[in-house]
Order: sequence, then C-alpha cells, then structure tokens
Amino acid sequence: MTPLDIAGFAVLLLLALAAAAPLLRSVRMLQIPLAFSLSAVASLAAVVAGVMTVAAGSVAAATMTLGIPGLPFHLRLDPLAGFFLVVIGLLGFFVSVYSIDYVKGYGGERSITQMIIFYTLFLAGMLLVVLADDAYFFLVAWELMAAASYFLVMYEDERAENRRAAFLYLLIAHAGAIAILLAFGVMAAQSGAAGFDGYTFDAMRTAHLSSGWAAAAFFLAFFGFAAKAGVIPLHVWLPEAHPVAPSNISALMSGVMLKTSIYGMVRFAFDFIKVFPWWWGGIVLALGLVSAVMGVLYALMQHDLKRLLAYHSVENIGIILIGLGLSMIFAAFHLPALAALALVAALYHTLNHAMFKGLLFMGAGAVLHATHERNMEEMGGLIHRLPWTAPLFLVGCVSISALPPFNGFVSEWLTFQAFLLSPALPHPILKLLIPLGAALLALTGALAAACFVKVFGVVFLGKWRGRHKPERIHEVGWSMRIGMFMAALTCLLLGILPTWVIGWMDTIPEQLCGGRLAESAGKFGWMWLTPIAHERASYSGPVVFIGILAVVAVTWLLLHVRATSVSRVPVWDCGFVKLTPRMQYTASAFSMPIRRVLGFLFAVREQVEIVPHTNHPALPGSLQYRLRIRDRFWNWLYAPQGEAAYWIARQVGKLQQGRIQIYLLYSFVTLIVLLVFLG
Amino acid sequence: MSLHPFAIELLQFCLLLGLAPAFAGWVKVLKCRVQGRSAPGVLQPYRDIWRLFGKDIVLAENASWLFRFTPYLVFGVTTIAAGIIPLVSVDLPLSATADVIALVMLFGIVRFFTALAGMDIGTAFGGMGSSREMTIASLAEPAMLMAVFTVSLASNSTSLTQMVSVMGHADFVIRPSLAFALAAFILIALAETGRIPVDNPATHLELTMIHEAMILEYSGRHLALIEWAGMMKLTLFFALGIASFCPWGIAAGGDIGSLLLALALLAVKLMVGAAVMVLIETGLAKMRIFRLPDYLGSAFLLATLGMIAFFILE
Repeated sequence: MTPLDIAGFAVLLLLALAAAAPLLRSVRMLQIPLAFSLSAVASLAAVVAGVMTVAAGSVAAATMTLGIPGLPFHLRLDPLAGFFLVVIGLLGFFVSVYSIDYVKGYGGERSITQMIIFYTLFLAGMLLVVLADDAYFFLVAWELMAAASYFLVMYEDERAENRRAAFLYLLIAHAGAIAILLAFGVMAAQSGAAGFDGYTFDAMRTAHLSSGWAAAAFFLAFFGFAAKAGVIPLHVWLPEAHPVAPSNISALMSGVMLKTSIYGMVRFAFDFIKVFPWWWGGIVLALGLVSAVMGVLYALMQHDLKRLLAYHSVENIGIILIGLGLSMIFAAFHLPALAALALVAALYHTLNHAMFKGLLFMGAGAVLHATHERNMEEMGGLIHRLPWTAPLFLVGCVSISALPPFNGFVSEWLTFQAFLLSPALPHPILKLLIPLGAALLALTGALAAACFVKVFGVVFLGKWRGRHKPERIHEVGWSMRIGMFMAALTCLLLGILPTWVIGWMDTIPEQLCGGRLAESAGKFGWMWLTPIAHERASYSGPVVFIGILAVVAVTWLLLHVRATSVSRVPVWDCGFVKLTPRMQYTASAFSMPIRRVLGFLFAVREQVEIVPHTNHPALPGSLQYRLRIRDRFWNWLYAPQGEAAYWIARQVGKLQQGRIQIYLLYSFVTLIVLLVFLG
Repeated sequence: MSLHPFAIELLQFCLLLGLAPAFAGWVKVLKCRVQGRSAPGVLQPYRDIWRLFGKDIVLAENASWLFRFTPYLVFGVTTIAAGIIPLVSVDLPLSATADVIALVMLFGIVRFFTALAGMDIGTAFGGMGSSREMTIASLAEPAMLMAVFTVSLASNSTSLTQMVSVMGHADFVIRPSLAFALAAFILIALAETGRIPVDNPATHLELTMIHEAMILEYSGRHLALIEWAGMMKLTLFFALGIASFCPWGIAAGGDIGSLLLALALLAVKLMVGAAVMVLIETGLAKMRIFRLPDYLGSAFLLATLGMIAFFILE
C-alpha cells in the first residue's frame, strides 16, 4: 500500500463511521468504544502515511472520479502534507482514546450519535484539507471541517452563550473562507490555464504572477487563514468558541484545526508563489509578534481555565508565524539554509503545540469532568484528588512554558537561533529591528511561564477554594488517563530527541526552500543538536534530562542514607494561626502585578466597594471587588462594525411598512423605472 | 601533564559544589564589613547547611509530592548548569549541552518549580512571592536576551566555550557594545539572583520578601538543598559574567599549570566581583516593586544600545 492509499483508508474509515453512527445506536453499550477506537485506528493510519511520506520525501498524486464534471477531485501527498497528516493523526489518536471515557460522561444527557458523526467528519475534513490538490476540493474539505466543528461547538446548545460563540465562529470562519476563495480565484485567473484547469494546485505551482497579483493572492489567503488561526486582530472568536466546546473537541480545535491554516500559509508562500519580496515575511513576522505577546497577556488575565488555554493558542500561533515570517525573510534574501532553519522551527513548533495544547485541553477536560467547574478561582489542591491528571497536566505546563528538556523549549530555541542569525541579512534596518523581535519572543516565553505557574498553582496546588466539598472529586477514567499520558510522553520524546525529528522532516525544507538542516543539526550524533554549527550553538536534550535525573537520584539517595523523621504539622505561615483557603492567592491576584505594569494594553475596569460597618464607619462591614478586563480589539474593530451593520439594517428596515398599499407602490415604481430603462 | 576533559568536568563540579558556600560567605563578610557590622566568618554557610542537613523535617500537613520534589530538582538543575559554564577551562565535555539561551532557560526551570512550591501550601506569603518572582522574571527576560544577543555578536556564537575562546584568546580591543551589555547584565543579574535593589536575600520582613516568601515553609534537608542551590546560582551568575565579559585566563585545555593559573584568576575575579556587588547593594535601597519595570526597562535599553553600537561602530 502506498502512503496515499493508507491516508485514503483513514479518511474513508472516518466517513464510514459518520455514516454508520446512527446504526451503531442499536448496540448502545458498544457505540462509544467502537466509534472512538475506530477513529483512533484511522488517525493512526494517517500518522503512518505521513511518517512514510516525510521520511521518503515522496510525492504521490491521484485523481478521483468524484467531483463535478470537468473538475474531478485531485489528491496529493507530499512531505508538507505528510507532516500535517502526522500532526492531525497523532493528536487525533490521543484524543480519540481520551474520548472513550470522556464522551461517556454525556451518556443519557445528550445525543452521542451526534457527537460521533461530527467528530469523525471533523477529523476527516482536516485530513482532506491537507490532502486536497485543487481549489474546489480544498474548499469543500475546508467547509466540511468548519461546519463539523461549528456543530461541535454548539454541542451543549441549551446555553445562549454557546450559541452566540458558535455563531461568531461561523461568521469569522466564513469571512476567512471568502478571502481564501478569492485568493484561489486570483491564482487561477493569473495561471493562464483554460477553464477549471487553473483551479488545480498544479496550475498554481507553475503560474507566473506579476508582483502585484502575487501580493494580492498571498495576502487574501493570509487573511483567510489568519482568521481561522486566530491571529490578532482576527482572534475574537477563538476565546469564545474553544472553551464552550466539549474538551476533546477543544483539544482538536486548538491543537490541530488551527494548524491547517499554517499549512495553507506555507502552501501558498513556499509552494505556489515561491518568489516573494522580504516585506511579506516582515508582515507575517510582525503579526506573529503581536499575536504572541498579546495572546499571552490576555491569557494571563483570564480565570476561566479553558478560555485561558484558548488565548494561549493565539500566542502559540504567533510563535509559529514568527518562525514562518523569519523563514520568508531569509528566503527572500536567498539564504536557503537559514530559511530552512526558521521553517523547521515553525513546523516543529506546530507539532509541539499540537501535543502540549492537546494535552492541556485534555487535562482541563479532566478537571472539568471531576469538578464541574471552569472557573479557576473555585478550584485548588486538586493534586491530592487527581493524582494522575496533576503530573500529566504539569508536563503540559512545563512544555508550553518552553522549559528544557520538554518539546516547547526545542522549537522556541530553534526560533531564537533563527533570530540570532539575522545579522546575516544584507539589509541594515532589518539587522537592527529583527533582534527586537527576539526580545519580544523572550518576553512571551517568560510570561507564558508566569501564566502556567498561575494555572498549575491555583488549580492543583494549595487548598480547595470551591463551595461544595472536595471529597466528591475523583480521578477520571482510564482511557482519559491513557490519552493524556501518551500526549505527555510525546512531549518529552519530542523534547529530548530533536535530532531524529529534524532528520526525519528534512525533506520538507529541502523541497520548499532548497535548504537542508539535518546534516549540520545531527552532525554529532543523536544526542547533540547543532542547528548551524557546533561552534555557533548546541543543545542536548538527553544530557539535560538524564543529567538532572541522575543528580536528583544521587542527592535523594545520599540524603536518605540516614533515617530522618518527617513530621506532618499544621502550616507555619510565620506563626499565623487562622489560615483559611480564602486567604490564598487567587488567579486574579497572581496576575495583578503584570496587570498593573502592562495594564494599558487592555481595557481594565477595577471597582472596590466598601460598605462601612454599622457600629463604626471606620470598620469595613463588607468589601466587594469587581474586575472586568475586555479585549480592546473588540471595541476598536468589531463593535463599530456591528453598529454599522445595525444602522444599515435599521435604515433598510424603514422600507418595511407592513402595509399592502406601500408594497404595491414599490412594485409600481420598480415597474416604471424598469420600463424607463428598457425604453 | 594535562588532565583528561572528564577530569576537568569533575573538577568543575567539585569546585562549584564545594566553593559556592564559601563565596556566599565571602559576600556576607564583605557586606558586614562595609556596613560596619561584625561578620560571621566565611565558613558560616557551610555550618548552616550542615546543621540543616542534620535536622528533621517539619512538613505542612497539606504539602504535596511537588513540594518535596522541588528541592531535589532545583539542586539537580543548578548542578547541571555548573557543568556547562566554563570556570577554569573550556575543554568541558558537557559544555555543548546548552548554549547561553538554553542555560537561561535551565534557570527558568528552577524558578518555575520554586514558584510552584511557593503556592503548594496555600499561604498568602507563598502566592505573593511566586507572583512577584514570575513578574520580575518576565520583565527581566527580554533584557537578558538582548544582552546575550549583543555579546554573541562579537564572537558570532552563543556557545559559552566558543565565546570564551574567541574573546579570551583574541587581541584586546575595547568594544563599546560589550560595555553596554555588561551594564545591562549587571542589572539583570542582580534581579535574577534576588539581590538589592530588587529583592533582599537577608529580609524576612513580610511584605518585602520575594524569594524568601516562596521557600518560607521549607525546613531540614529541603531547605539546605535550596539554600545551597541558591549559593551555586549566585556563583554561576558571576561565572557567566566572567565568561562573557572577562574571560582572560580561562585555560584552553587541561594543562595543569594553566589550570592552576585559571583557578587563581577565577578566585581574584570572583572576589573583585563580589566587592562590586556589595558596594552596589550597600549604596542602594530596595526598590518598590512597581518601580522595577523602570529598572528592568533601563537594562533592556542598555542592551539594545549595545547592539546598535555593535552594528554602527564595530
């Protein structure tokens, strides 16, 4: 079987599952395990197909007889598509395993069949997006993905908040889809091919566009994909829609659905257009930096666990765009080796983010499942109640905070290396400006670490803050633990074996920007990562990991030779006695210094109301603290648009009088006008 | 006669593990002298650590495994960092483990877990320390990166051994970029190691402590490990500064003679460096926490000026 056959099998299996889901209802006991384990098999098949393609650097294409007459569906599997198959398949596999127990929680309350249908269609849609090789098929797959995810966001549709979020999502997704459609139109019109042939990706690859049309096509596509990826300022739907979806869906949406737009951007820039001026990369880089910094700052201000994670997706998409933008700048100046380094950094981060964000959303789902609570201010001390989820979630926190030896660090480090090579650019202004971007990336990384200290500290450490008794909270089911465990293990492996991964994915930069990385990166064996040369910079994940473990083990053993007693006593707290859980730092309190320092970036409204005590006005009776943080982009960009739309609607509404005479008059006037024109 | 690289590596681990308390003691002695107090003696930190190792542990009743694991992890990470920064020779097998950026991130692990441990017990002090520590670290990070970037421009590398080899064995040239970077580095190092004017290592005054607030609930061997690692971290930041800005004398290989010379020079540099820090600490008062953005902002500005100076002047 060729890789394309295997990928086709994965898609067909998923589509078959969607079709068979209503039939499976008759075997109620088996419906969930069967559907999700078969989705896991399909995802695994996609991984196999992707791994084989990327490793071999092979390109396979097929034309299906399906489609409209004259425009059959084209499929193509090249290393870039293969890489994204791996990203989608790998997380799809973990989440499918996780879903077996997670979806059981909905049993009896909601339609499981509906979940299975849209879940499988969603996965199939994402796989087809990367497999499609003509504009028509691509958009069909894109819409399949968008529509399926819309219904999944709407899954708990009895709440108005969820319906509103889903609508916003659909709206912005479609604004993006129109832009992508227009971009394809520009490409097809300029490709010079007759009829529908211009809409195949092959025609777009060979098209020669004038610089103006090329820019139009690229930026239309970039806008469309950015809307789907949640790049600031097109991010507003993301923190609304991702949290309200079921957590296994949030994991897939944040982890992989956003990545299909990265795929689209890379496809457009490096595969279709190929030759572009440096300022395209500059714009991508600048938007990436804004998204990264603002994304993490907004995340820091949240106290809803899933909303916070959604904002971190904005941040990480920003980091990926930073790598992509750098790669485009290097490519524009004909520095293929450096372009390859930056592109690998971006793609590596794409894979890494899928893993740790998937893990974190699965962890958030587990917390939600156990506590029925999304507000972090009502949690605390869960490390004692969820002994499995806590360490696995911690792995996700460490990975996303870019700390060695986990995976997030490797890709951010590679991005830093790409930044540090900017003095090679033959452009004096860029030489000075690009390093400042590195400083912003450093700020992002450090703020992300602060944010995840907050998340883990408030949710899992300390004491329970909630109203009901914490004794009700129990560890989640085995399939959820296994799903999270596999994702955590992947985070670690991707962190300590980067040379293997880079060696494996070397065919992608080779085909897209003519540069290779693996030869120099893996020159000193699998333990040492030397992206450019060993004199330049090196990192060894295995040594860091094993070294730390070894020192920890030796120290522990040495200190436990002599038996010392450990006595458990009440908290000391400088001798304070009446300590209550309400005295702990909350999520809002934790981020207060940063809110104060960088608060000018948000619309912050803080109110303190003190009602004096009845005995004496100097004694406070009760104290109320209100904090409201709004996204400035909403007020700047979206609210005026919404108001304008309302205004136009109201003006048009004046035509509607509701009286038959008036409508007859309209018809009469129209008739007269038409007659005048025809005459 | 010359030493095998692995022997040098071992020597370096022993040096740092063994001498970090003495260095911390030296800082304390100098500080006492400058401030007109009588000093406890250079060896006092050894006695403190030894006494703590012998004590039983008093653990809060709701402390989790993370609280007990953190001291070992902090100690382990700091020890690994000790094998990476060239103290006496660049011929270190482990120095390729991490370049400067990765090294900064290694200290990031220490900070991350210490901050988590601060929140584990559920006291207001712990949370306060963690929150402040992470805020300061976030603001210091961009400045740190710019300083690293400026230094790496001169040697075209972020690998510490390469930086030492290029700078230490090239002809001496005055580089304005490095002067700016050094100023920035000093400001950041004071913040990262929790010294005045950012944090006060000697205070247990409730509302001003940052690092101390996080480790308030530790006792016994846990506290010993954290204190020891803290001393090592202080020494390592000095070693990092020496390797980046004043690497002259660090041996190129394992020749015994040059190693001894390097050791003597290292001792001199550390003593002088400590004196500079003590003067800064004695001359300044601790800052209000909300003035720190200005402080760290000026560090960032200095580092950026260094970079601009490199591109324009050098």
